[in-house]
Amino acid sequence: MSELNKSLKGGEFVTKATNPQTVFIPEDITEEQKLMAETTLDFIEKEVVPNLNDIDKQKPGLILSLLEKAGELGLLGAAVPEEYEGLGESFNTNSIISMSMGASHSFGVAFAAHTGIGTLPILYYGTEEQKKKYLPKLASGELKAAYCLTEPTSGSDALSAKTTAVLSEDGTHYVLNGQKMWITNGGFADILITFAKVDGDKFTGFIIPTNSEGFQAGEEENKMGIKGSSTRALFLDNVKVPVENVLGEIGKGHYIAFNVLNVGRYKLGAMTTGGAKHYIDVAVNYANERKQFGREISSFGAIKHKLAEMAIRTFVAEASTLRTSGLINDKIAELQGQGKTYSEAMIDAAEEYAIESSIMKIFGSEVLDYVVDELVQIHGGYGYSEEYPAARAYRDSRINRIFEGTNEINRLLVIDMLVKRSMKGRIDLLGPAMAIQKELMSIPEFGEKPTGLLELEMQSIAQAKKAVLMIAGSAVQKFMQKLGNEQEIIMYLTDMIIDIYTAESALLRTLKVAQVGTKNLEFYEKMCKVYLRDALDRINTNGRNAISAFAEDDELKLLMLGMKRFTKLDPVNSVAIRREIANKMIEENKYVY
Amino acid sequence: MKIVVCVSHVPDSAAKINIGADEKNIDKNGVSFILNPYDEFALEEALKIKDSIGADVVLVSVGGDEVKETIRKGLAMGADSGILLKTNAYRDSISTAKLIAEEIKLQGANLVFLGKQSIDGDNGVVGQLVAEILGFNSVSVAVSFNLNGDKIVAEREIEGGREVVETSLPAVITAQKGLNDPRYASLKGIMAAKKKVIDEKEVTVSEIGVELIKLKKPAQKQAGKILGKDSSAVPELVRLLKEEAKVI
Ligand SMILES: Cc1cc2nc3c(=O)[nH]c(=O)nc-3n(C[C@H](O)[C@H](O)[C@H](O)COP(=O)(O)OP(=O)(O)OC[C@H]3O[C@@H](n4cnc5c(N)ncnc54)[C@H](O)[C@@H]3O)c2cc1C
Ligand SMILES: Cc1cc2nc3c(=O)[nH]c(=O)nc-3n(C[C@H](O)[C@H](O)[C@H](O)COP(=O)(O)OP(=O)(O)OC[C@H]3O[C@@H](n4cnc5c(N)ncnc54)[C@H](O)[C@@H]3O)c2cc1C
Repeated sequence: MSELNKSLKGGEFVTKATNPQTVFIPEDITEEQKLMAETTLDFIEKEVVPNLNDIDKQKPGLILSLLEKAGELGLLGAAVPEEYEGLGESFNTNSIISMSMGASHSFGVAFAAHTGIGTLPILYYGTEEQKKKYLPKLASGELKAAYCLTEPTSGSDALSAKTTAVLSEDGTHYVLNGQKMWITNGGFADILITFAKVDGDKFTGFIIPTNSEGFQAGEEENKMGIKGSSTRALFLDNVKVPVENVLGEIGKGHYIAFNVLNVGRYKLGAMTTGGAKHYIDVAVNYANERKQFGREISSFGAIKHKLAEMAIRTFVAEASTLRTSGLINDKIAELQGQGKTYSEAMIDAAEEYAIESSIMKIFGSEVLDYVVDELVQIHGGYGYSEEYPAARAYRDSRINRIFEGTNEINRLLVIDMLVKRSMKGRIDLLGPAMAIQKELMSIPEFGEKPTGLLELEMQSIAQAKKAVLMIAGSAVQKFMQKLGNEQEIIMYLTDMIIDIYTAESALLRTLKVAQVGTKNLEFYEKMCKVYLRDALDRINTNGRNAISAFAEDDELKLLMLGMKRFTKLDPVNSVAIRREIANKMIEENKYVY
Repeated sequence: MKIVVCVSHVPDSAAKINIGADEKNIDKNGVSFILNPYDEFALEEALKIKDSIGADVVLVSVGGDEVKETIRKGLAMGADSGILLKTNAYRDSISTAKLIAEEIKLQGANLVFLGKQSIDGDNGVVGQLVAEILGFNSVSVAVSFNLNGDKIVAEREIEGGREVVETSLPAVITAQKGLNDPRYASLKGIMAAKKKVIDEKEVTVSEIGVELIKLKKPAQKQAGKILGKDSSAVPELVRLLKEEAKVI
């Protein structure tokens, strides 16, 4: 295989180009995957949406019966292998299901907690007995699961958990004591994936049935949004857990916690992207219906701008989501081909692309928040009323920036993982960073301006990557191991990297689509052009802010010059382009990209 | 027993339709197609019989290659196999009915379900035509259906009420909304459908009785005109009603 046809390693996109032919794009979705998406969307439309008010009031039994119905349809077991009575669908197919679940509000949160962080720990780390015992019932919905990592005094700093586990004298069980906080599905879960410290410091996973003596759930939290999702504090008071319920190895609980979160973060990105697509439909609909000053408000430029920007960011989010999905999907197949078990392959593939998954978590949650904010705005006063769907969408979106690792924690992780991978030699950042130092000292070459489809834009992405490497390289040289203390610089760098990954994903999707042709190609191309230019402006601002924080004199001048050189691109008429993008949706009365 | 369910591949009713350049077809660009909603009720009724007493449910559809997508959806819901009577030629209701009836004879099915109409052409007669050609009993616009041996008791929707009818096999039933609550295609069903067979048969359309000349969009509603806010506008209003609208 030539270098360009191989998938990149996790994080390598920061220095290397990707062949458009290798990315997974929405246009690659198969007939079966489409049908599964349809089933999911139908289910939400017919079973969830009509019940949203009752769900939010936590009408007893309602969310349980919905989970069970989803189980009957196979939605809870899609990722569970057939040998454990699931469907054993591919990672890509599960991505498509997650995206389709995006606008299901509290139900989606219960669904994601159950199928993701609730089920996957057993699938990945369970013993054969544990898998046989729990997975079939989790896949059918007969059992519901919750994941208990957070405690009152340990949120982001999850490993500082205080819950303890002490082995009984006869060695048959552990006795757990402690309190968990903010546990999704906490009010009805049958089993808890819980973490506790053995002998004071060995962070370990446990499967706890909630009918255990000494277990008690607190009251429902009174939350800002996702009010129908059960969220409770849980109390463990001398709860006896048989040794066969230890999950994974003693002292290796952090692997479970973090590797499961890798997948959870990616999936949160997929769900928020799906939610954004749906809420653009709602926004376009409303803007086409509502008349002020004798015209539909969708005819006003200010509203067109909003609709177009919502669409552009969502288009980019979908391209990035599926690109990431494809990377993980292909890696799983590759590792299985090398003889790894399904679980090992899943864990390793998700770890390989943990950087990309954190990016998707941040980006997806922020795109959805942007979309629902504009959704409210487009609705005017009606956006503030519970009679319309905008208000609920707005409230329910906000949590996504907080759970599964806050967006700040994920931003820190992106740089932390990149630096660690570079130090361990997993990826080469140093070589390319040095090359850029050299390039900075030389006179820029002005080649012919490329004329191919998005060729200029692809060149700009390559240049923007140099900007990140230039700053990251200088910052690492300056702060060495203490870079972690410079969080503001890290945030700037991560934001630059997010812009690069997402803009590149949109370009790759468009270039791949161009090979087969699609009705929307010209719109895709235009969205790429607008998004990339805005991204370059942000990259430029973030970069200059970062540089100013640590460079002085000649270095400052040189780096600033580099920023100018690496983020330059001729403008396009973004007003005209956004109008076209909006008009197409206004005409078809929905999100069409 | 063998049950044939006829399914058609129609534009999503939510889609915005434009007329194609030839003025005889819609512009399919960007339009998503679905299983005709009334056919979903038809299929569900057949599947209920399959669930209770066992039956071989065969889907029949007439059209081009694209129709396979819709047949696949029906297979995913639980039908056993599909037959595509393949043609891209223009058909009127009777030519479609003839093709379907021919296939039903070949299949030897004595119970046939269709939707009461397909939401694209909206002719609403194919079911009755099929019954006529085959000499089967026919119940149209059914909202309830009960099979006992070869006896059928059904209810039909009529203006302001319901009609209870009784008939027997062989029969053609056309389904109305309310007949049942169509199931979702489960993920398992979707996977299983991949392995089910769609038999493709090239067919030729016999002579056409009704020719399609062209498609037209409904006339655009003109924006209203405000002539004034008080009685001074009345003379102008009367003039326009006489001279432009020609209604008085
Ligand atoms: C509705 C809901 C459902 C939840 N479901 C679950 C669940 O099912 N299971 C579970 O285990 N947990 C769950 N959580 C907990 C959730 O994961 C935590 O709330 C989250 O990890 C943040 O922890 P915290 O609330 O303690 O905030 P803190 O950690 O106190 O963070 C407060 C602020 O400080 C920032 N911050 C923290 N540390 C740093 C740092 N080192 N550098 C820079 N900034 C930092 C954060 O980004 C944040 O902005 C849920 C929370 C909510 C609200
Ligand atoms: C909680 C609440 C309290 C209120 N209290 C009062 C009160 O005490 N007294 C009172 O009289 N009213 C009150 N209002 C009404 C409030 O002032 C209106 O909701 C507001 O003016 C917006 O009007 P609208 O809701 O009809 O939105 P619309 O006018 O329909 O606007 C919808 C969207 O279209 C945009 N838009 C509209 N026209 C144009 C244009 N020409 N060009 C570009 N964009 C356009 C708007 O900016 C908005 O984004 C209240 C509303 C709320 C929600």
